[in-house]
Amino acid sequence: MNSRAQVYLFAILLLVLGSGLTFYKHNSLGFPLTPGELDQVWTIEASVNFDAKGDSIKANLALPDLGGEFEFISESFSSSGFGFDSITEDNGQRRVVWTKRKGNGNQQLYYRLQLVQHEDANRTDKEPPFDEELTAPEWSEAAQGVAQSLIKKAEELSADIPSLTKQLLLQLNDPKSADASFLHDELPNDTTGDLAIKVLTEANIPARQIRGLALVEDRKNIQADEVLEVWGGESWTPFTPADAKQGFPPGFLVWQRSGISMLDVTGGENSRVRFSMISNYLPSKSVAMNSPSRSHVPLLDFSIFTLPVDKQNAFKSILLIPAGILVVVIFRVLIGLKTSGTFMPVLIALAFIQTNLTTGLITFLSIVGVGLWLRSYLSKINLLLVARISVVVIMVIILMAGFSVISYKLGIDELMGITFFPMIIIAWTIERMSILWEEDGPKEVMSQGFGSLLVAVFIYLVMTNGYIQHMTFNFPETLLIEMGVILILGQYSGFRLLELYRFRSLGKGL
Amino acid sequence: MNLFATPSQLRKFGLLAMNRRNLDFISSYNDRSLYPLVDNKLLTKEAALNAGIAVPDMIGSIETPFQIRQLEKIIEGYGQFVIKPARGSAGKGILVITERDQNTFYKPSGAPLSLQDLKRDLSNILSGLYSLGGKPDTALLEALIEFDDSLTKYSFQGVPDIRVIVFKGFPVMAMLRCSTAASDGKANLHQGAVGVGLSISSGKALSAVQDGDLVESHPDTGERFEELAIPYWEEILKLTARCYELTGLGYLGCDVVIDKARGPLILELNARPGLAIQIANQKGLYARLQQVEGLTEAHSIDERVEYAIREFGE
Repeated sequence: MNSRAQVYLFAILLLVLGSGLTFYKHNSLGFPLTPGELDQVWTIEASVNFDAKGDSIKANLALPDLGGEFEFISESFSSSGFGFDSITEDNGQRRVVWTKRKGNGNQQLYYRLQLVQHEDANRTDKEPPFDEELTAPEWSEAAQGVAQSLIKKAEELSADIPSLTKQLLLQLNDPKSADASFLHDELPNDTTGDLAIKVLTEANIPARQIRGLALVEDRKNIQADEVLEVWGGESWTPFTPADAKQGFPPGFLVWQRSGISMLDVTGGENSRVRFSMISNYLPSKSVAMNSPSRSHVPLLDFSIFTLPVDKQNAFKSILLIPAGILVVVIFRVLIGLKTSGTFMPVLIALAFIQTNLTTGLITFLSIVGVGLWLRSYLSKINLLLVARISVVVIMVIILMAGFSVISYKLGIDELMGITFFPMIIIAWTIERMSILWEEDGPKEVMSQGFGSLLVAVFIYLVMTNGYIQHMTFNFPETLLIEMGVILILGQYSGFRLLELYRFRSLGKGL
Repeated sequence: MNLFATPSQLRKFGLLAMNRRNLDFISSYNDRSLYPLVDNKLLTKEAALNAGIAVPDMIGSIETPFQIRQLEKIIEGYGQFVIKPARGSAGKGILVITERDQNTFYKPSGAPLSLQDLKRDLSNILSGLYSLGGKPDTALLEALIEFDDSLTKYSFQGVPDIRVIVFKGFPVMAMLRCSTAASDGKANLHQGAVGVGLSISSGKALSAVQDGDLVESHPDTGERFEELAIPYWEEILKLTARCYELTGLGYLGCDVVIDKARGPLILELNARPGLAIQIANQKGLYARLQQVEGLTEAHSIDERVEYAIREFGE
């Protein structure tokens, strides 16, 4: 394989690897591609409250089954004086068990859960009902008759089981319906959902109750919301009993399905569980870093995000340098602009970032200008090069100090940023410019100086771009992409833009 | 004139551009390990002398700051000489002394320099001011070329030198570089020197260009270029063709000067010759390079020169 093909192969490999890792990190680990992306993080608190009777206590709370649109971040159990254990039952239901040898009076136990809500929300359950034969509810003959009449009415107005359920719920919610009122009076402890399940069971339609929480900002001390699910033969269709709407309420976190108790307390009475919820917005990246399901990916375990914060900040600017270098390569290879010193523009741009552009340009030009003027005297005396450069470095430092003091006295604080300029680089720039001036004249100095500054300004614009800063820091994999692009540019053997100008006379007459 | 040529125009013209030169010729045909020989004029000189290739006479070399003190002794008896950095590039740091009055030295422009000035220049050279990468350097003192009368009239103050591009041992393109008042006696085209394209078959002028524009005559001396013919032409071609064997560099720029008494001399060699020769010749280099690239069998020096005269003459 010839070397050009090798380079292309290598470059494509780097590009694929770099963009693949970036894509993976974005898609699977949830790193946002744009800066400032936020995730809504919900904190849900279940408080369990009961009166202890002085015996040993065992409180057992169902825990929500996470998955689908919710991603688990963390959970905690707060229960002073209680031992606790979280268990998973055979049917997959997670529960927490609080235990205490002896307890008296009112007891408060807390379970706190943090989770992130994501977009997709198709949670149709296709698991068929457990029992084919439903056991008819036990109720009075009158109630049974009313139930049957409700079903009959609903059947007339509907086409299938879901629409029948909807009609039934509408009737049960109708305050003017005598049948509904009768059932509510007959079974005062039952909610509309409970009643609907009983009526549906009477019609031999499997239905069940789901309890969960519709995540809405700042709900406090509420009971779990109820959702009714009805088996339509192929899948379960959810309904909100209160308004007869089909489907889950938006942002519904399923806590517990029927057949499983929400809270069991032995050794206590008047037990109840109440929920509170609050949400806040956290940067997607910190959510991605903290999520237990994602953080043990090797890509993150061995990433720079595991470094101490100050080192991370150092890397923030280091990782930007390749973007600047890419600009230099483009300017050299594709445009053909001469700069004094290959990567000097990158260093100048880094100083501009600290000072901001206008003041950076002013201070840079003034320091180099005054430096060149002072340096012209040094040409007249006989000095070894090292000594002369050292003198120039010291001159640059004196100039920096002088500029800072003067600008401070004048109240122009912006010019104080002068200290961010790399003085050795500036000294070398002055030295080279000075030689260039003597050898090739001021025109060449202007053209190279202008070239360097133009490239530096471009690099500054690239490096201060919020999107590029975000990408280079959060996706260091882009280094591979940059390397691949530079490899490809390194194979470019076509014309440079400025060559089209330089050789313009050769193009005519053809 | 249009401000820009289009890429397709330049492609049709056969222009060799910087990226292609670097990628397809310099890095493909010039092995890096061979660079020191041409980048260091002292080594070039030694190798050329060993191979029997004519070069300008050397007065001496200065390698340490201590030796600078002996400058007076070294240049004793020389009224004209040239000080050069051994590793300088693009003519940087070259000091030409054409007249001497005791310890006052005169540049071609007539500007006087003291012995102290010379010593300062030497110290600059030794500390690597002109060398690539700022490496410590050696200074060379050479006898001034007394250049051939036939070329004197085409040059203002400086030495007119002949640049020949030699590819795989074949001289493929040549030009004469004439210094002008605008170029301050220097032979660099981008500083305003005149480049005269030369026919490979005859050494006669094809076209002359200053700052990208065609000129008929030298701007300072007024001599018309159409009468220009380089003497010793075939000898020059052979001399440059031999530099391929001398250096092993496939893509090479040879700078030749013609001394009144000694004939053509190799002044220096360049592993990264510039592209301006195409402007001077009004001819692209790429087609000729490809033609030579297509040749497979080995050729002797004479065969290569013959081939070049036959194929690249105009």
